[in-house]
Amino acid sequence: MHEITGLFDHPIALDRILDEIPTGVVILDKNRRIRYMNRAVSALTGYTPDQARGVACHSIIKSQVCLKDCPVKQMNKDTGSICVQSDLINRDRQRVPIRITAAPLTDTSGELSGYMETIEDIRSYAQSGPNMGRAFSFAKMIGKSPGMEKVFRMLPMVAQNESSVLITGETGTGKDLAAEAIHESSGRGKGPFVKINCGALPETLLESELFGHQKGAFTGAVENKPGRFRLAHNGTLYLTEIGDLPLALQVKLLTFLDDKIVYPLGGTRGHEVNVRMIAGTHRDLEQMVREGKFRKDLLYRLNVVRVHLPPLRERGEDIRLLMDHFRNMFTAEFGKKIEGFSNEALMLLKNYTYPGNVRELRNIIEYAVNVCQAERIDLSDLPAYLVETEEQTGNRETLYVPSAPADSGLAGGEQNPPDSWAETEKRMIIDALIKAGGRRNKAAAILGWGRSTLWRKIKQYNIE
Amino acid sequence: MPQKILIPLYGREVAPRFDLAAEAVFVTLNTDQHDRQEKLVVLPQVSAEKLCHMILTEGMDTVICGGIEEEYYQYLTWKRIAVYDGVIGPWEKALERLICGALRSGDIITASPEADTDAG
Repeated sequence: MHEITGLFDHPIALDRILDEIPTGVVILDKNRRIRYMNRAVSALTGYTPDQARGVACHSIIKSQVCLKDCPVKQMNKDTGSICVQSDLINRDRQRVPIRITAAPLTDTSGELSGYMETIEDIRSYAQSGPNMGRAFSFAKMIGKSPGMEKVFRMLPMVAQNESSVLITGETGTGKDLAAEAIHESSGRGKGPFVKINCGALPETLLESELFGHQKGAFTGAVENKPGRFRLAHNGTLYLTEIGDLPLALQVKLLTFLDDKIVYPLGGTRGHEVNVRMIAGTHRDLEQMVREGKFRKDLLYRLNVVRVHLPPLRERGEDIRLLMDHFRNMFTAEFGKKIEGFSNEALMLLKNYTYPGNVRELRNIIEYAVNVCQAERIDLSDLPAYLVETEEQTGNRETLYVPSAPADSGLAGGEQNPPDSWAETEKRMIIDALIKAGGRRNKAAAILGWGRSTLWRKIKQYNIE
Repeated sequence: MPQKILIPLYGREVAPRFDLAAEAVFVTLNTDQHDRQEKLVVLPQVSAEKLCHMILTEGMDTVICGGIEEEYYQYLTWKRIAVYDGVIGPWEKALERLICGALRSGDIITASPEADTDAG
């Protein structure tokens, strides 16, 4: 038992005080051997204080920083505290990210007696490198444009209730990220997040995938299958591409949304499940309702809360923010030293329309970081289709298609902007054909395509 | 058949971290365990993957190490390599314990707490 004297009339037990502190505390002697560690360090490392006593600190803590550049080694009695982030491997063979704060301990005459380290487990909020401490973000989404600020204000509120959510937005705008963010910020955050793409499976498979089946319900059903709804019990089910859900299943989904009971295929008994529904689509569901492809009642059921994600071309300054974010992310990932963009590349990237939205921008930057050999990303490091489009249109401003800010959210769906990729591509082909004097071989060479690709595209776009 | 043992090192100690070891000792024990050969190796790269690869290519059948992540531990044991992990202390003493059949994972073989030596 260690004691603190002089603070009160009677000595008080140091161990008891330190054991109640949720942060790990280690006290080292001058030779950096452990004299004492509290319960939190025991929990973190797996060693008891008795096992650790007298053992070199680096052997018990096993942190990367202890072995590479021990923060205590250079300390003297006058050194202030040092805070470093590192990781340790505990007795359970887990790697745990930690933050170590070390400070010298001096006696009453000011002489160095040892050191004290506090060790915090930062697993709950540790994110690697560029993802750490990100401003202008919510969960994994980034943005500071008015459109995104509106979304960021809305998501935490949406997360706190149990209503069904419909997320709309063009492809690549981050619908999946928004769904995950809602789940993680909600009370169901510790529960499962189950995602299913309604457009990825044929109708029969999708039904069994969603609602499950009983053994023998159909040929090949050799065992009971719970289905995604039951797997998402106490969590969130995210149905992406809800616009692709076949009409027959729309009815079944509607029934589920009403009574929250799942009836597996071939089963006679229903299972009550507690699931929050989030649906996402890039389609215009109102238009699909008008065309009779989507049930009106299901739309009303899903459309309790609608979150519309604006396309990147409407997010103005976010383009630059995202460019830098992805550049930092990929330079760290690929171990490169790229400090920025050349003016020409910057202009081109800022004025491009991004029909593929954030996903396309991310891919462009990933490509550029891969290709770039210098310290700045130049035009030559960008994918060829961007630069060719730029050269052929000859006017950057015409590529930028500003449009009205996102409305109340009912304008979701896939309305092609005037300068969609299809139109741009069609224009590229026509320009190349004009340059080539109508000769397809030469036009294909200008475009960098094979002759058959050009022929197929000409047919696709009905170019005479 | 001789036993081949690899011990990642941190100075004279068993390296506290398998993934951060910069050198290792290869020990070959003859069948009667009285005759042994030791070879100290500076590792070309500090990496758990590379070390696992070396353990396999060198035909080791026993590893004595400190902290090791679960995936590497499982990989090595799956490859039928005996892994004594979480071992703390001088590598020679750990080896002696192994030869005596007394080494266990998590063993702390260290100088007495009173030893007034720097922790390295």
